[in-house]
Amino acid sequence: MNKKLRILVGKPGLDGHDRGAKIVARALRDAGFEVIYSGLHQTPEMIVNTAIQEDVDAIGLSILSGAHNYLFPEVIRLLKENKAGDVVVFGGGIIPSDEIAELKKAGVAEVFTPGADTRHIIKWIQENVKPRV
Amino acid sequence: MPNKNIKKKSQKHPKSPLTHLKLWETSTLAKALRHTPERHREFTTLSSMPIDRLYTPEQLKGFSYAKDLGYPGVFPFTRGIYPTMHRGRLWTMRQFAGYATAADTNARFKYLLKEGQTGLSTAFHFPTLMGYDSDSTRAKGEVGVCGVAIDSLADVEILFDGIPLDQVTVSMTINGPAAILFAFFLANAEKKGFAFDQLGGTIQNDVLKEYIAQNSYLVPPEPALRIVVDTIEYSCRHVPKWNPVSISGYHIREAGSTAVQELAFTLADGLSYVQACVNRGLDIDSFAPRLSFFFNAHIDFFEEIAKYRAARRLWARLMKERYNPKKQESLKCRFHVQTAGCSLTAQQPENNIVRTTLQALAAVVGGCQSLHTNSMDETFALPTEKAVRTALRTQQIIAFESGAANTIDPLGGSYFVESLTARMEKEALEIIKKIDRMGGMVEAIKRGYPQMEIAAASHVYQRQVEHKEKIVVGVNEFVMENETPPDILKIDPEVEKKQVENIRKLKLIRETKKVSAALAALEKSAKTDENLMPRLLDCARAYCTIGEISDVLKKMFGEYHDPGIF
Repeated sequence: MNKKLRILVGKPGLDGHDRGAKIVARALRDAGFEVIYSGLHQTPEMIVNTAIQEDVDAIGLSILSGAHNYLFPEVIRLLKENKAGDVVVFGGGIIPSDEIAELKKAGVAEVFTPGADTRHIIKWIQENVKPRV
Repeated sequence: MPNKNIKKKSQKHPKSPLTHLKLWETSTLAKALRHTPERHREFTTLSSMPIDRLYTPEQLKGFSYAKDLGYPGVFPFTRGIYPTMHRGRLWTMRQFAGYATAADTNARFKYLLKEGQTGLSTAFHFPTLMGYDSDSTRAKGEVGVCGVAIDSLADVEILFDGIPLDQVTVSMTINGPAAILFAFFLANAEKKGFAFDQLGGTIQNDVLKEYIAQNSYLVPPEPALRIVVDTIEYSCRHVPKWNPVSISGYHIREAGSTAVQELAFTLADGLSYVQACVNRGLDIDSFAPRLSFFFNAHIDFFEEIAKYRAARRLWARLMKERYNPKKQESLKCRFHVQTAGCSLTAQQPENNIVRTTLQALAAVVGGCQSLHTNSMDETFALPTEKAVRTALRTQQIIAFESGAANTIDPLGGSYFVESLTARMEKEALEIIKKIDRMGGMVEAIKRGYPQMEIAAASHVYQRQVEHKEKIVVGVNEFVMENETPPDILKIDPEVEKKQVENIRKLKLIRETKKVSAALAALEKSAKTDENLMPRLLDCARAYCTIGEISDVLKKMFGEYHDPGIF
């Protein structure tokens, strides 16, 4: 049986740029995923709480404030702390290319930068996210 | 040398222009299309507005020079709001700047002024935009990163140190907490010995578009609107050269709207502020001349120029029809322009200089009063000094080399631009009337109407790009592999520690009694209909922090949270 993947699209931090998050949320929904959108101005704790309550398989974080080096690792740390370290974390936003390697080392599975095609994001999820057991 | 022997041939065919057009279509054009079909079945603007093959007097039936254009500085101001426009005075070159600490940004301000910039524009970091102090847990990772960290009057004193505030106008992009920053600015000017009536500048203070698009807010729309009216009322009485609100379409467009939606939602926001001021009992002519606007300059050159022209004409017509002010100044749509951040690409970033040039040229030809040009590297981070300089030079080249500023409204009378202007005005007016029927913009926002319209338009555009119906050079066409990213500006994580330490020290040296008295007085005032500005000024003078003041406002008026519509 094919269980629909559940994806949380999250906007951690204080930045209000939600065009990309909304585009991705809509594209993922149209592609047949179950999509939960956190809305803006979430703390890492709020994101992780939602992820656990909604029992999601992956979290896509959108960050355009430059605070990615704090917010991504903090979400990953809190997931592990809540025994949900197997939730796949990916993301996108205004993220300088030379900082992507560091984010991946911290456990971010993939980073999509400006100009990314939603079809690539969908394909990547289909290939890299499996339903949690 | 002209040949005087050539006779005018047209006299042989005394047919109307329309007959000529039909003749041309059925013979010359039809033949050409059989040989070389056109590149697309339909041509559209960036916002998907259909564009005809050719514009002729045919599309301008009913157009009246006197009624629809008139002269610069005269109703309906289509050609410009001043009689001499850029021949008299060039637009203000105003680069949006702010990063790290107040001292770092002060140095950037001075650099920009030294390089020939003529006004200042302040970018605050997200904690300030959202009413949090730098030492709040909500500010973690964000201090000084996306703008300058400002927590209290103490930071503002450093930010504008050595800047002649009676000569240089200062714009501040601040909305939810705009009244607080205005109070900080005034308290600083007062300390430095500038009289309030010498101060020129702008606070963005357009809260309505925050709920629609930019999303930096404190309290719900109704109390936010009350605070906006407080600032307008206070500023018109005490700071007469100040622009207390910059009604902004920029962020609406960046969030994905079409050009018409940008125009319509912005003017509808403007009308809501006007009505709120009138409801307060203010005379229309006491505040309307101080309202200013802020539009985007996207990449479709003619669509943008038509938008600026339509904005001036429609605003003047709406204001005249609805409020019939006595002063001509009350009808004028004065506006700032910023080139479109969302049009920039991370791929082949040098191309962004070219995009910005086209956009800035549209803004100038469209008759802007001030202009910000984006830097090529802004899809990666805040701009480097070199990138900012090139962006400023772009404006200087347009101003001093291109000749674009030598005549007023150079595209006025173009069949195409006039048709597009009329169409944008008509379509925007339809949307404005729809919002009127909903009961105004606050009600429309509560229903999620503008938010949903923008999300839908943004979705359409994304699909067009992904299906190559719209070409973005370097992104979906003319792509390069293995690009080397440019050098970018990095914010030292030490900035956060420094700023947190500054707050700790401030709290030790300020007079605690004065702080609590000022905050208590603000709270008391918030329960009444009193104008909050005098109380906010007292808070600023007592070195209350933005977080402390915002907490009082949130406690009294409640907090707004994103409904998360997608």
